[in-house]
Amino acid sequence: MALFPDPFNTLLGLQEALDAFRTSGWLQSGPSGGGSYPPLNIIRKGDDLVLIAEVPGISKSDLDVQVKGRTIRLAGTKAVKYGENVSLHRRERLAGRFDRSVTLPVEVDADGVKAECRDGILALFLPRAEQDKPRSIKIG
Amino acid sequence: MSGAQELAVRQKQEMANKEEKTIPGRYFIPAADIFETDEALTLIMEMPGVEKKNVNIALENDLLHVEGQIDFSNYQGMDPVYTEYNVGHYARRFTLSGKVDRDNISAQLDDGVLTLTLPKVKEAMPRRISVG
Repeated sequence: MALFPDPFNTLLGLQEALDAFRTSGWLQSGPSGGGSYPPLNIIRKGDDLVLIAEVPGISKSDLDVQVKGRTIRLAGTKAVKYGENVSLHRRERLAGRFDRSVTLPVEVDADGVKAECRDGILALFLPRAEQDKPRSIKIG
Repeated sequence: MSGAQELAVRQKQEMANKEEKTIPGRYFIPAADIFETDEALTLIMEMPGVEKKNVNIALENDLLHVEGQIDFSNYQGMDPVYTEYNVGHYARRFTLSGKVDRDNISAQLDDGVLTLTLPKVKEAMPRRISVG
């Protein structure tokens, strides 16, 4: 199922789709802390979910990802280092520690979760737990 | 910088359109740090999602143009259900002063962070003058 059939317009379509869902109440940004670091997008792929977060400048060893039931925890520290004897002209990058938990509306198979971190993007592949999947019922 | 501080989210800033682009899609301004040592000026920019081969650095007269393209084929066929940020290319321009050695600019990309080192020309480096 392709959401954006025209490859030339893929990015434009994606950006529009992301904007449209920006205000969706799907996850109810209450206790899961919408607006915490790192900012994340959740994408559906068939039955499964993919969580994507932007974590530029954070190495894999500084990232801690935990999954339990429906809750995903992302924690770590981001360091911004400058050498000795430098004079700073501009400082826009932020540093510090973060700890964020997100509760999903579906159960996740914790053993099947795969994490990938490349070019400052963290992707978590979250397969939906087998017992949580919807079953189709034939009408006899 | 101490790591004990809680990290806050900064909304991505979209680039104001100064020129027409031939490819569709939005551009964002990457967060940048600039610092200077005796030997060089260093520019650090955050461009999450940009691969090495998609970074474009051009120097024209005094204008340094840095652009990072997102490979959005990874996002093909995706169905967003909850979003907090948008994705797009990155672009930013800097005006350089005359003291930069243009031929020896080097760039490095690690974990979505682009580091540009702009060495100073010899004449601009500080010199120690001893009293004879």
